[in-house]
Amino acid sequence: MARYFTDEHEWIDVEGDTATVGITDYAQEQLGDIVFVELPEVGSVIDKGKDAAVVESVKAASDVYAPISGEIMETNEALEEDPALVNTSPEENGWFFKLAIGDRSELEGLMDAKAYKSFCDSL
Amino acid sequence: MSEDHEQDEAGTGTLPLDAWHRGKGARMVEFAGYWMPIQYNKDSGGGIVAEHEWTRSNAGLFDVSHMGQLMVTGEKAAEELEKLLPGAIATLKPGRVRYSLLLNDEGGILDDLMVTNATPWIEADEEAGTEGHWGEPAYYIVVNGAMKWDDIAHLREHLDDEVTLTHMDDHALVALQGPNAATALNRIMRGVPEQLVFMQSLEHDFGEWPLRITRAGYTGEDGFEISVPAEFAESLCDRLCAEIEVRPAGLGARDSLRLEAGLPLYGHDMTDTVDPVSADLAFALTKKRRETGGWMGFEAVRTLMESGPSERRVGLTLEGRMPAREGAEIFAGDEKVGRITSGGFSPTLGHPIAMGYVKVGHAAEGTDLEIVVRNKRLAAKVVSLPFVPHNYYRGS
Repeated sequence: MARYFTDEHEWIDVEGDTATVGITDYAQEQLGDIVFVELPEVGSVIDKGKDAAVVESVKAASDVYAPISGEIMETNEALEEDPALVNTSPEENGWFFKLAIGDRSELEGLMDAKAYKSFCDSL
Repeated sequence: MSEDHEQDEAGTGTLPLDAWHRGKGARMVEFAGYWMPIQYNKDSGGGIVAEHEWTRSNAGLFDVSHMGQLMVTGEKAAEELEKLLPGAIATLKPGRVRYSLLLNDEGGILDDLMVTNATPWIEADEEAGTEGHWGEPAYYIVVNGAMKWDDIAHLREHLDDEVTLTHMDDHALVALQGPNAATALNRIMRGVPEQLVFMQSLEHDFGEWPLRITRAGYTGEDGFEISVPAEFAESLCDRLCAEIEVRPAGLGARDSLRLEAGLPLYGHDMTDTVDPVSADLAFALTKKRRETGGWMGFEAVRTLMESGPSERRVGLTLEGRMPAREGAEIFAGDEKVGRITSGGFSPTLGHPIAMGYVKVGHAAEGTDLEIVVRNKRLAAKVVSLPFVPHNYYRGS
């Protein structure tokens, strides 16, 4: 399984034709206490770079853009009851959604863990 | 009055506690023209919700030095202030504090403020043969940071030349807020908290630090606002934070606390196009002065009080967990009946809350309404304010 990162602070785990998407530890730290996550509808098709989810912290709402295009297969229902999972376990239990990868070429140019770390260090 | 020397024209100003906040791992943001702490480091127990909950259960220490601290002095000070403020100032006793407003001629709110009768008591002097007596009348006024330059200009334009307006920009202001604020403060300054109830103020020399301590705040909790010369501000905060009940808290928690307390925020829940009647702040208009007038905006406000406002500020609780933010529209069926002016998630209640303006026909407590957020309709209900009961100390 390969994990990719975007410069919008999302991570993408790719397993076969399926990708699991969430936001990084750096992102949750910046957002602060998360109180609600609005997830896309299962079955909807999202386009790379377009709104996919909204993260509400106590202070503000922040958009999460689709890192790659595809059809939403599943969303993390645990976030409905416990949105703070995004704070406590952003890169594991706090995942957002799984999608059927629409275009594998969109994965090209994304960062690996090492590149993402140096990207964050440069911010 | 000194000019603004702490803030250069182009950049963002720094306040006396800037380094102190950074040393505590605060995340600094620009607010009202200054760098201010929005929250402190998570590793040291910070974070908006943690600071919010700590303030509700112990005591949070907030830096509010961005706010304008003004002193108006002179024999005619009260009389002159009454031309601009709709509250009774002449009958405000020394050491008492009143919430008031600056209004324009149309009755629009220019700012909200706290005014304290800070007239000093002059002790008897046997050598000079004078009895104890009240000194020159003095009124200490705290205004919003973002509005202070406009307020100063407004006051200077309209106050008589015999009255002196001083901008105390060499002072910091900190707010110690929470149910354990008095316990903590009493351990440092023994006997001071018990001299004050809510909306009272005194001068207190703590060693070489001349402080003004006011039992008031913006969280709904018991607490104190302490005005301190800038040079002693860090030492005072260190001293306060050395108490086990006290932790620093940032602007983020201040906003969620004041929202739960139903306290309006200038620039959001009130503006210069909103009048005090619609804003549900008529309590700031002293009853007698509503009748006698003599203050800027009186004619417009009197007309509104007679005819009744067309919309009113209300509290709203939302179903579900999705918050509605400022600007969201409020509907009753297909009819748009209002807009949200402040909204967020209440850490204390565990659900979203909001304040907004709603047409009077839909503003009654218990009215079911809908708020549109990102094309979704969220069920909401009009409720009485505050959302979380106030915990002010009014005497034992």
